Amino acid sequence: MNKKQKKILIRIIISAALLIILHFIPVSGIPRFLLYLIPYGVIGYDILKKAWKGILNRQVFDENFLMAVATLGALALGLLKTGDYEEAVAVMLFYQIGELFQSYAVGKSRRNISELMDIRPDYANIEDADGNLTRVDPDEVAIGTVIVINPGEKVPLDGIVENGKSSLNTSALTGESVPRDVGPGDEIFSGCINMNSVLRIRTTKEFGESTVSKVLDLVENASSRKSKSENFISRFARWYTPVVVCCALALALLPPLVRLLMSLPPEWGEWIYRALTFLVISCPCALVISIPLTFFAGIGGAGKEGILVKGSNYLEALSKTGTVVFDKTGTLTMGVFDVVDVHHSSLDRQALLEYAALAECASSHPIGMSIKKAWGKPLDMSRVGKVEEIGGNGVVVEIDGRQVAAGNSRLMRSLSVEPIECRTAGTIVHMAINGEYAGHFVIADVVKPDAKEAIAALKRSGVRRTVMLTGDGKAVAEQVAAELGIDQVWSNLLPGDKVTKVEELLAEKPEKEMLAFVGDGINDAPVLGRADLGIAMGAMGSDAAIEAADVVLMDDNPLKISKSIRIARKCMRIVYQNIILALCVKAVCLVLGALGIANMWLAVFADVGVMIIAVLNAIRALFVSKL
Amino acid sequence: MKKTYKIEVDCANCANKMEDAAKKVPGVADVTVNFMAQKMIVDFSEGADPASTMKQVVSACKKVEDDCEIYL
Repeated sequence: MNKKQKKILIRIIISAALLIILHFIPVSGIPRFLLYLIPYGVIGYDILKKAWKGILNRQVFDENFLMAVATLGALALGLLKTGDYEEAVAVMLFYQIGELFQSYAVGKSRRNISELMDIRPDYANIEDADGNLTRVDPDEVAIGTVIVINPGEKVPLDGIVENGKSSLNTSALTGESVPRDVGPGDEIFSGCINMNSVLRIRTTKEFGESTVSKVLDLVENASSRKSKSENFISRFARWYTPVVVCCALALALLPPLVRLLMSLPPEWGEWIYRALTFLVISCPCALVISIPLTFFAGIGGAGKEGILVKGSNYLEALSKTGTVVFDKTGTLTMGVFDVVDVHHSSLDRQALLEYAALAECASSHPIGMSIKKAWGKPLDMSRVGKVEEIGGNGVVVEIDGRQVAAGNSRLMRSLSVEPIECRTAGTIVHMAINGEYAGHFVIADVVKPDAKEAIAALKRSGVRRTVMLTGDGKAVAEQVAAELGIDQVWSNLLPGDKVTKVEELLAEKPEKEMLAFVGDGINDAPVLGRADLGIAMGAMGSDAAIEAADVVLMDDNPLKISKSIRIARKCMRIVYQNIILALCVKAVCLVLGALGIANMWLAVFADVGVMIIAVLNAIRALFVSKL
Repeated sequence: MKKTYKIEVDCANCANKMEDAAKKVPGVADVTVNFMAQKMIVDFSEGADPASTMKQVVSACKKVEDDCEIYL
């Protein structure tokens, strides 16, 4: 509990005790009124003050005003008629208990979230010539400085490992609990925690540009865009309270006047009491407090899972997703090429692979890299003689005095070698040695292990249509789509075509459904921006993606897409539950109050009770790890 | 220019009210109040003096939510 809450708790205890004591003191008339003013003042002075300030600042109709009018009215009624002041004090008392409970519960869950968002590193260690470490502000570290990260410390800046091997806990950034192993040459991101041994890294970015700053910026700026439900509530609150006050006024004045006209006793006291009860019931706190809280909690909970949602409107849109469009490379597939097969080899597979690797030794093309990776052993460069690159087709290299050609079928034909065409989908690298065909490699992008499950999970969570767009060839695209169970594929697309396709899909879908585009943020920023909802994956370290997307998945696990939809659905469910609960209970109690069945005690329980239930329900939106 | 301020506010709705009030202050281009992080991020318009603008922001916020606290 903070200071404010403790103070209110003390006031609640004092005024409750006074109320009980006064109940047994036999005084009447003015002294009784004055005595009851003491607990009323203790518990309610700040509400009165706020109501008064509200009037001065022309923010008249808020919950403080309602409470102040209702309780002051009840006191006046007691003074003039009934001599009952307990109700007025009790209403104030329960109202404050409800507020205290609410602020305590919210504060507790808020801290729960903000601790997780606390990824800002406090210092960086710089080593001097004697090996002594000095702590400096990460803001002051220039690019290219070598910094030391001890086990247990946060990585303060993005950089490349110079020496040391360790595991990094990336869960604060990605929600992923499996640690990542890093060694010299690996790029590491700020915000991770170094787990087992000392790392020395050379920084590649300033603090302001580092991953941790970007993520913090994103997290703190979330929620600036409001959802329709929130806008509805704030519009609703603006109209609701004045309307309620007018109704209460009518309830206090009209029936007695009508009774006077019918020459019945007007019963002013009774009707004013009913009007005051009406005011207490009508307090809209349950809605105004719980709806924004649900969104804050939903965004917070998603953040804990490595899903950053940029505003509550996007959470709302996510919950209505009906079509998900995927980019293939890097989203459903790893985006790294692997040699998946060797066909028609006239040599031993390993021997052919070694030749291919030697031929590609100077290549930095992804295909060449994949062959070198598949070979995986050091290459004896002295065996390689003349290298001739034939742009776009392949290479012809002299190895051990033999002419080795590696490339596509065009290259083969230009050397008058007839290649054997391959029926497997993928990129094919043909080999010819001394002018004779030696077989070919099938190189393909590998589908992410969770991709199939991710598509199935999307279907389960109510996504009607899944579409894949890719720049790759038809055969590859269709094979991947069939394997993953994707409904529709478009292949051979240039980046610009993707935007056009997404626009077509947008025009096809029903109005109320949302279309989400999932990409890895590399050259698909325009598409991310064009879809109803842009989701960027594996965004750690990719600024363009973070800028362009509405929802950012920190790691590249496609299962997170369906998870984020489930989180959004849960959040919206809670919002609707709270709206319905609050409005129904209020409506029933308002009618009961107007009919004189409900008294002020019931009124305050209805108000505070609904508020507490709604707030507890809203906090549920935080707990999303098991969704 | 963006600056981040620590704030103290009890309810999510009050945070939204503060956001709306602060947005209307001259010299303020945009404001985000993050209730969960208890932070206010103010984007000042070009040429605005943060110190004097923030004074106005504080008083605008106090008007809509008496209990709020902004640590300058």
